[in-house]
Amino acid sequence: MKRREFITKTITAGLAAGTALKLGGFSTLWAAEPAGSAKPYDLVAVRNGEPEVMFDRAIESLGGMSKYVKRGQTVVVKPNIGWDVSVERAGNTNPGLVKSIVEHCFKAGAKDVYVFDNTCDLWTNCYSNSGIEAAAKSAGAKVVTGNSERKYRDVQIPGAETLKTVKVHELILDSDVFINVPVLKHHSSARVTVAMKNLMGIVWDRRYWHQNNLQKCIAEFAALRKPDLNVVDAYRVMTRNGPRGVSEADVSLMKQLLVSPDIVAIDAASTKIFGSEPGDIPYIVMAHEMGIGTMNLQTLSINRITL
Amino acid sequence: MKVSSLRKIRIVFSLIMFSVFLVLFLDLRNLLPSNFYSVVLFSQFIPSFLSFITAAGWAAIGFIVVMVLTLLFGRVYCSFLCPLGVLQDLISRVANWFRTNKKRKKRVAYYRSWAILHYSILVLIVIAFIAGFVSPMGWLDPYSIFGRFMAHIVRPIVIQANNFLVYILEALSVYHFKPLELKVISWFSVGVATGLILLVSILAAFRGREYCNTVCPVGAVLRLTSIISIYKLKLHENKCNSCGLCASACKAGCINSNTKSLDFERCIACYNCITACKSGGVGFENVLRKEKTSSYNPARRSFLAGSAVALLGGGSTLTLLAQDEQRGQNTTRPEEKEFAVSPPGSLSIDHFISKCTACHLCVSVCPKQVLQPSLLEYGLKGFLQPRMDFHTSYCNFDCVKCGEVCPTGAILPLTIEEKHLTQTGKAWFIRRNCIVRTDHTDCGACSEHCPTKAVQMVPWRHRLLIPKVNQDICIGCGACEYACPTSPYKAIYVDGNAVHKKADPPTINEEPASQASAADDFPF
Repeated sequence: MKRREFITKTITAGLAAGTALKLGGFSTLWAAEPAGSAKPYDLVAVRNGEPEVMFDRAIESLGGMSKYVKRGQTVVVKPNIGWDVSVERAGNTNPGLVKSIVEHCFKAGAKDVYVFDNTCDLWTNCYSNSGIEAAAKSAGAKVVTGNSERKYRDVQIPGAETLKTVKVHELILDSDVFINVPVLKHHSSARVTVAMKNLMGIVWDRRYWHQNNLQKCIAEFAALRKPDLNVVDAYRVMTRNGPRGVSEADVSLMKQLLVSPDIVAIDAASTKIFGSEPGDIPYIVMAHEMGIGTMNLQTLSINRITL
Repeated sequence: MKVSSLRKIRIVFSLIMFSVFLVLFLDLRNLLPSNFYSVVLFSQFIPSFLSFITAAGWAAIGFIVVMVLTLLFGRVYCSFLCPLGVLQDLISRVANWFRTNKKRKKRVAYYRSWAILHYSILVLIVIAFIAGFVSPMGWLDPYSIFGRFMAHIVRPIVIQANNFLVYILEALSVYHFKPLELKVISWFSVGVATGLILLVSILAAFRGREYCNTVCPVGAVLRLTSIISIYKLKLHENKCNSCGLCASACKAGCINSNTKSLDFERCIACYNCITACKSGGVGFENVLRKEKTSSYNPARRSFLAGSAVALLGGGSTLTLLAQDEQRGQNTTRPEEKEFAVSPPGSLSIDHFISKCTACHLCVSVCPKQVLQPSLLEYGLKGFLQPRMDFHTSYCNFDCVKCGEVCPTGAILPLTIEEKHLTQTGKAWFIRRNCIVRTDHTDCGACSEHCPTKAVQMVPWRHRLLIPKVNQDICIGCGACEYACPTSPYKAIYVDGNAVHKKADPPTINEEPASQASAADDFPF
């Protein structure tokens, strides 16, 4: 009964989301684009600003948050809150950025905005020491635990070879809009962690991924519930000793930000900012080959903004 | 101050103390300041006595204060300071609700004294302690029994209740409260805690303070001391009419109103008798003043005082000797590679297991719940004493809570900086168990979690990365072992250091990381 219920719900939600996106697509045709181009951007990259300012510019150039969030919808914002470290250590998403995204969602008419992550370190410490809990709450978001198994439901991934069934957080399954807000970091096992890798924080059993071809699991899972929008925080970037980092010496101030609905494209672009080649990151190549998105940046319409 | 108000003062004081102890073990959000613990636990006899041996600061003189109080007024500890004592009073009160009115009046009659049994238990505990076994003392220490009761029975229930409430509130879309994780329940510890609390409860329900007067080691020491107390409670020869009201109010069953006698050694200073007496027949007597006029046997007195002092003094001397012996025994057999990992601040396994009474306060407050009661991991000597269990969790890098709360000095307090360099054990990598080698896929969970990057991922075959351990900067926090996904055997594990060492600081690469922001444009 539960499974049946879930399937019906997913299909309904999918249809609704699809329709919404489609309508959203049309509405931009008539919207006044500052650049004068009719074609919406696939990816926006901003540099040389504070996280909040860069996000304002990026979302504006994509047609505003109301393109993604409709009045009365529920939104889940998923930053990286994995580690019990300070903001300066850049182990977690920038709290100012999270706050700004939550504010944009409410401005677009969101009913509720939820924020959570399935943390690695003690979740209460991660939430407070990252500064994200306070920042999100101050903008009116509901900050929810990701570390309670009760909140996860079994989901099947169609067409997956390795990760066939996975327990996913109810907020991801039930919310109308999903905004993925990773921080760009070095990662000792995945090599670099951005948007796809950040989705490991919405599942319950990460250990299974490590046991069964981590790279493939990351790629396969990205097909399940593609975020409606990905926002990559590359303001402070941990360039070594990731994902936890040892000290602030591992962090370099890059002052960049990327926004895209294409999770593979944004990972590819972020990897280049990090200083690596997307072709060297196995999960990016796999996801590209599975058709989840594209890693060929030259085929995309990119808005590059330098402040 | 009127003597008759002593009972009221005792009730108010003991309920405040009891509430404070409840808060101590049920501080679910870790909101209590660290010095709160030492202030409260100052009052606990055995923990304070043990930290006196370790010479761990002012907390160590708590038991001396208790001794002085006993020398003056008798066993006030038992009714005013001991959390298990108050718990027994509550249990006996509840048990009284189920009695008929007739029986209720006489809740405890006069009991015979089991002094020989009581002192025998004390002697056995002292002998075991001198031989290096602190466990029997810890098993019967009233504070530790209370602690295990709180840690393994009350706290899990409170956490479940909290989570249930949070669950209901979240269904109503209120996300203000936080659910708490309950990692594992050590059924053995639950069993031990339940067994002892049942014994105490049954005795309390049917025999009042029988535990304090027949089993409790603190009770026995204070009983011995109260023989030479200066102010003693006594039935007044002339005012007493042998009505028996005091005897039926007495929790310890130490009053025989027929013979107008009060066995002060067994009196736990509840002062119910003073209030119960209608004729003002119960009161304090200054023994020193009395001695001038009445029968006074100096030989008996000095013998008793002497034996009490000898027992205590001898105990500590022998303990010191035993310590030296233990230091010699520190040789750790190199072929035996498996040491349990004792908490940071415990200096060495020997130090730890000779000071810990297994009150499990550290188990209660450990935010990661990595501290779990041991079975035989430390050997028989360390039975029930907490160890770091890395299959359950790992030690939070920036946390020093266990050392802050430990009342016995088994875990000494560390600063965060000291803790970051305290090596409780070392990580060992077993390549043949590692996913990277067996499955030829990336994993690296161990390295992800490592706070000092003692575990690095280095290039290996097939463009894969495989773990490499630098034991010099490993602190033995167990994050790698916890995160390692292989089973039943982990590919990386921490072997405890029998004597904790100082780790090298993590390698800080001062050369700046690539400065992409310096580039003029986007790399795409």
